[in-house]
Amino acid sequence: MKVRIKFSKQGIMKFIGHLDIMRYFQKAMRRAQVKICYSGGFSPHQIMSFAAPLGVGITSNGEYLDIETEDNEDLSTMKERLNRTMAEGIVIESVRRLPEDAKNAMSIVAAADYTLSFRPGYEPKQPESWMKAAENFGRQEHLYITKKTKKGEKELDLASMIYEIQAHGPELKLRLSTGSGENIKPELFLDSFYASLGQERHPFAFLIQREEVYARRENTGEFISLEALGEPV
Amino acid sequence: MKKLALSDEILLSIQQPARYIGGEINEVIKDPKKVDLRFAICFPDLYDIGMSHLGIQILYDMFNRRDDVYCERVYSPWTDLDQIMREKNIPLFALESQDPVKEFDFLGITLQYEMSYTNVLQILDLSQIPLHAADRGEDCPLVIGGGPCAYNPEPLAEFFDLFYIGEGETVYDRLFDRYLENKRAGGSRKDFLEMAAQIPGIYVPGFYDAAYHEDGTIKSFLPNNPHAPSVITKELVMDMDHVPYLEKPLVPYLKVTQDRVVLEIMRGCIRGCRFCQAGNVYRPLRERGLEYLKQHALSMLTSTGHEEISLSSLSSSDYSQLEELIHFLIDEFKGQGVNISLPSLRIDAFSLDVMSQVQDVKKSSLTFAPEAGSQRLRDVINKGLTEEEILTGAAQAFKGGWNRVKLYFMLGLPTETVEDMEGIALLSEKVAETYYDTVPKEQRHGKVQVVASSSFFVPKPFTPFQWAVMCTKDEFIQRANIVRQKFREMLNYKSLKYNWHEAELTVLEGVLARGDRKVGAVIEEAYRNGALFDSWSEYFDNEIWMKAFETCGVSVDFYTTRERSLDEIFPWDFIDAGVSKEFLKREWQNAVKEKVTPNCRRQCAGCGAMKFGGGVCFEGKN
Repeated sequence: MKVRIKFSKQGIMKFIGHLDIMRYFQKAMRRAQVKICYSGGFSPHQIMSFAAPLGVGITSNGEYLDIETEDNEDLSTMKERLNRTMAEGIVIESVRRLPEDAKNAMSIVAAADYTLSFRPGYEPKQPESWMKAAENFGRQEHLYITKKTKKGEKELDLASMIYEIQAHGPELKLRLSTGSGENIKPELFLDSFYASLGQERHPFAFLIQREEVYARRENTGEFISLEALGEPV
Repeated sequence: MKKLALSDEILLSIQQPARYIGGEINEVIKDPKKVDLRFAICFPDLYDIGMSHLGIQILYDMFNRRDDVYCERVYSPWTDLDQIMREKNIPLFALESQDPVKEFDFLGITLQYEMSYTNVLQILDLSQIPLHAADRGEDCPLVIGGGPCAYNPEPLAEFFDLFYIGEGETVYDRLFDRYLENKRAGGSRKDFLEMAAQIPGIYVPGFYDAAYHEDGTIKSFLPNNPHAPSVITKELVMDMDHVPYLEKPLVPYLKVTQDRVVLEIMRGCIRGCRFCQAGNVYRPLRERGLEYLKQHALSMLTSTGHEEISLSSLSSSDYSQLEELIHFLIDEFKGQGVNISLPSLRIDAFSLDVMSQVQDVKKSSLTFAPEAGSQRLRDVINKGLTEEEILTGAAQAFKGGWNRVKLYFMLGLPTETVEDMEGIALLSEKVAETYYDTVPKEQRHGKVQVVASSSFFVPKPFTPFQWAVMCTKDEFIQRANIVRQKFREMLNYKSLKYNWHEAELTVLEGVLARGDRKVGAVIEEAYRNGALFDSWSEYFDNEIWMKAFETCGVSVDFYTTRERSLDEIFPWDFIDAGVSKEFLKREWQNAVKEKVTPNCRRQCAGCGAMKFGGGVCFEGKN
């Protein structure tokens, strides 16, 4: 069976990097006695894949991993079994069964929602108006930037990769292009805004939280959360 | 949500913040206000190393079984954080509560290797605890040392309030009870130390004075306090099946060195290798029962979710129920994707069979530890492994599909000659030849790979070689060059590889291993001048150390290359490690005569450990 697990990552867990989170879940599956499938060979590994790596220092309410289990796995108790063995800061939010022909999470990620706010001690005098200005900046029709890549630099129109942007008081909500297509980190947006102000971003000025990760329907272009692609158990 | 001692800004600007936040699976959480005694247990090296250590995990688990005690962990901050903590005056904290160590009742530091001694001072310094026990006030934590290096605690004597000599499971409860009694009675630090000094295995260095001869050797070593005994006998567990062992080991987030369940199958060793401190001080050999091990293997794999289990002992092949144990592990866990790792197995038909079941033959290598290149020198060190056994084992392995072999040697052993050194290359060559002789051309997958490594020999206390003269740095390098030269002459040179260890570090280890109280000043001076993480080759700076010896007027040669007479009083002689000095002398003389001593199961050598009343000494005698 293909199973999709949604979890949140809060508190001190934000300091645990992506590779270590993968190892953490491999061990958690064993502790919770999930009947996960293994690859063959002398050092078998679990059939498990993560949707989109999260940077160190960022919290999240919507992280995903897909696993494959034996058919006799009891999905109705899996969430509870996993939550009993989680470290403080990680909570399993949902367990959903995927159709057998479902593509894995990593390959379908198209966008992610983020909430940005100032880290206490780094706020400007009027955080609300700062966020409003950032929103206006992000709403321009075109926003040409140069992005550093492995192969050098390339020109991008950032505006086409910001799907939603909205200031909510001292917070800024963003929906950004994510995944194997064009992967835009919230820091990249912030850096462009700071550059437009002729300023530089302090590396610790912001608290960043990922809220949700989406795939995109091919026919309608509509965003759908990874969770909604599975059926409740 | 857990509150951290370090700010986000600090944690996000250093390497691997996960080293400093705690919160691992199976971490013990208590309310510090609801306990009577707080114990910080420390491995003075990087988290990644310290978290891999079994002993700390055993004690952590054991101490925390007491409701009135809260034991928390501390490791050495890496150099990046070390600098920040000094700049910002942040006191070193324990991982669980994130509270400063200086507020604890005890700071327990394990001494696993000599090259961690400057890190011991770093721990004290960052904790804002005075380095010298004599300067500590009533409110300071009591600093207690333990572990293998506590068998010669003297170089660290002035930095510790007390040492625990031997295995930790036995008298800590009594120590804690005395501490709490004294606290309730309003007694002083000294009152407690006097109570502690009367507990078996506890050594309070401040209660002893050393006097020296003009030549620098010890004239006398005597208690200066009526409560302190003149001999401290090591503590050990005699009933290995009725002692707490881990059920729920901590599971770090980082991939630490030992990322697996470690099943300790026995303590001690029957082999009697004359260079080996562990093989002497952990006598007699004591096994855990099969049922006990099965049950713990199961509970630890379940509680951690680890994907690998490894056996731990000094020589697993000597465990009397090894076959049953390994078959149990394979039958029970192999199907569940659990790797089984079997270190320190003698290579024979049985071990090759089980190894081929648990590992990928093509990817793994075989390990032999002949330790010396010639049979003559192997007799000197009492390493009961013959050339024939190595070559037969290798031939069997090559037939089974292996084609990589690792060989471990030591250079600078007592009585070593050029022939012995060249024997390292000759033996490696013979192993390679064995491959080409046993495996027909069409069945070979590539060349055979023989990797020989040599470390330099360091004489250790409580071994027959405690009297031995150590090589100088130049002699070590010379010897390695002789071996290297010989390798170049070998026909199968391209299938062979030879590595050797750093010589400067070895010399220093030699000083610290057999050091006395005078060496303490050198450690402190080196630390003050920046020595830290000496066991990490990228941080080891020999020059700092050599300058420190000079500044303190302490001679390296006195501790390393000096001839020691049989009647010299050694700094560690006040400790009774079980093996008697008479036995060690006898073995030292046997070594020089190239005379082999049979292992404990074949014939009792009368080492003295029988007085503990159990283990291998009484096997088959009930």
